[in-house]
Amino acid sequence: MTDPSSTAAPALTRDDVAHLAHLARLELTDTELDLYLDQLTVILDSVAAVTEVAAADIVPTTHAVPLTNVSRADVLRPGLSRDAALAGAPAAEDGQFRVPQILGEEQ
Amino acid sequence: MTAAGATPDLPADLTRASAADLAAGIAGGTVSAVEVAQAHLDRIAAVDPGDRGVHAFLHVSGDLALEQAAAVDAARAAGRTAASPLAGVPLALKDIVVQQGAPATAGSRILEGWMPPYDATVTTRLLEAGVVILGKTNLDEFAMGSSTENSAYGPSRNPWDLDRIPGGSGGGSAAALAAFEAPLAIGTDTGGSIRQPAAVTGTVGAKPTYGGVSRYGVIALASSLDQVGPCARTVLDTALLHEVIAGHDPRDSTSIPEPVPSVVDAVHRGRADGVAGMRIGVVRELGGEGYQPGVLDSFRAAVAALEAAGAEIVEVSCPHFRYGLAAYYLILPSECSSNLARFDAMRYGLRVEPAAGQPVSAETVMSATRGAGFGAEVKRRIILGTYALSAGYYDAYYGSAQKVRTLIKGDFDQAFGAAGGGAGCDVLVSPASPVTAFRLGEKVDDPLAMYLNDLATIPGSLAGIPAMSVPSGLAADTGLPVGLQIMAPALGEAAMYRVASAFETLYVAEHGSTVPLSVPELVVNP
Repeated sequence: MTDPSSTAAPALTRDDVAHLAHLARLELTDTELDLYLDQLTVILDSVAAVTEVAAADIVPTTHAVPLTNVSRADVLRPGLSRDAALAGAPAAEDGQFRVPQILGEEQ
Repeated sequence: MTAAGATPDLPADLTRASAADLAAGIAGGTVSAVEVAQAHLDRIAAVDPGDRGVHAFLHVSGDLALEQAAAVDAARAAGRTAASPLAGVPLALKDIVVQQGAPATAGSRILEGWMPPYDATVTTRLLEAGVVILGKTNLDEFAMGSSTENSAYGPSRNPWDLDRIPGGSGGGSAAALAAFEAPLAIGTDTGGSIRQPAAVTGTVGAKPTYGGVSRYGVIALASSLDQVGPCARTVLDTALLHEVIAGHDPRDSTSIPEPVPSVVDAVHRGRADGVAGMRIGVVRELGGEGYQPGVLDSFRAAVAALEAAGAEIVEVSCPHFRYGLAAYYLILPSECSSNLARFDAMRYGLRVEPAAGQPVSAETVMSATRGAGFGAEVKRRIILGTYALSAGYYDAYYGSAQKVRTLIKGDFDQAFGAAGGGAGCDVLVSPASPVTAFRLGEKVDDPLAMYLNDLATIPGSLAGIPAMSVPSGLAADTGLPVGLQIMAPALGEAAMYRVASAFETLYVAEHGSTVPLSVPELVVNP
């Protein structure tokens, strides 16, 4: 990725888009990469306007309404049954989700 | 309109009746809930055949709906009082709210055929109130869009002109109302997905205060913005539905533990007392460039009508609103890129194997599945969000956007507050959508042009305040509906509904009927 300290809004490259798609676990075709590079460049140019007014002394707002963390009483209550939880799975076996290999051969 | 308790004269075509009148008719024995449900199912079959016609529905739950209606009739026959003021009334549920027994897609291929294993709190409350759920309505994929053209299942069409968009993301719910397929609908609003569809279809839609309605069982888009809300053809029906679905839910940690504002009372007050003595602010920045002349004319006429009815009109300036769109299109993609990480092809939904020759691992399967299962707008926003949250860019983009959010909240505080030179407004008004319904395909290749549809609705979303759209009439330049947006301070829904109700009353007095009842007869070619 381009050095963020060089300019306020560095130009996005095709490799950047491919890298971001990889980080997001999102397979893109070459056509999509070209299209999104063009479109994201235009969008980023537009949204960069936020930096014009975001002075250092402004407190960021994460939620519009003040929130406090909520906890519930530590009491047992029914959850989803195993069958219900597995019913929508792409693959299940022996009452468990069946997933592709997670670790590499050498691990 | 009928007084409480009296049995109304229902129209011969039950689908043209209001929810309030249908409920009174069912409670009074004039008509059964099953007859009402069947009339609406017949209407859906006539105007919504498959993906032709209006295409408001992705799934019609005919059997479930008739069962729910029969239960309402049985309860009445057994002498029990109605479960709610909407018992027996049919409703269209946006397909991002889960209901057991009906597939939930969120408009995405990645969830095609998924049957949710539980009910959303909103669904539970509707069913407990005796509301009859007709089916699931179309939307832009994961609620990302302003036209329903981002739905993986094809767009819905505007009943005012089938070549035009019904708005989005909740275009299916709005189209169902405007096409008389249902008198009530549920929407969700992240940046305008209830209000903009309401505006362009000439219906009513309200986004409650953030946290006003539980989001348990609602597929998440942007968690600091998402809110569920009621949609209908009249302000009273919208308020009745609001009171059914709103209120604290311990299963949603953002749910506000406060009593629900009395919005039905506020509607009656708006009818009886109008807006006399209310202070209504016109937001200078929500008009002018980017707004269609016919929309601005209709808006100005609405403001003049409110002034003539005794409201004090003041112009207010909200200088930071011009940064709202930019902030929104950083905050939303950031949050959605995180929320949509749950679609990993392991626990539910689609699973696609990588292309031949590639290793098969959890990672490559996830990547191939998301590449095949997500549509273009979802991919764009995931990449944009991943970028905005990445090291080195977080402060410049996401951090700055959150500061803009503070500035926009400050603008609203000035407009609503009386202290420190504030304008002291009870509500603020603006057009809800800058344009009337545009043609299908017109903006689909230009994401930035599409984003501009949310220009007027985004500031209220970023501030978490309640806001609604009520029809202000038809634009002189296109002959299509225009929405009047009414915004109120957090938990100030009563003032918002009072103004909406007063305006609707003024409109009916002048024009003889509400906007939805003046829609041209829908012709669907077989």
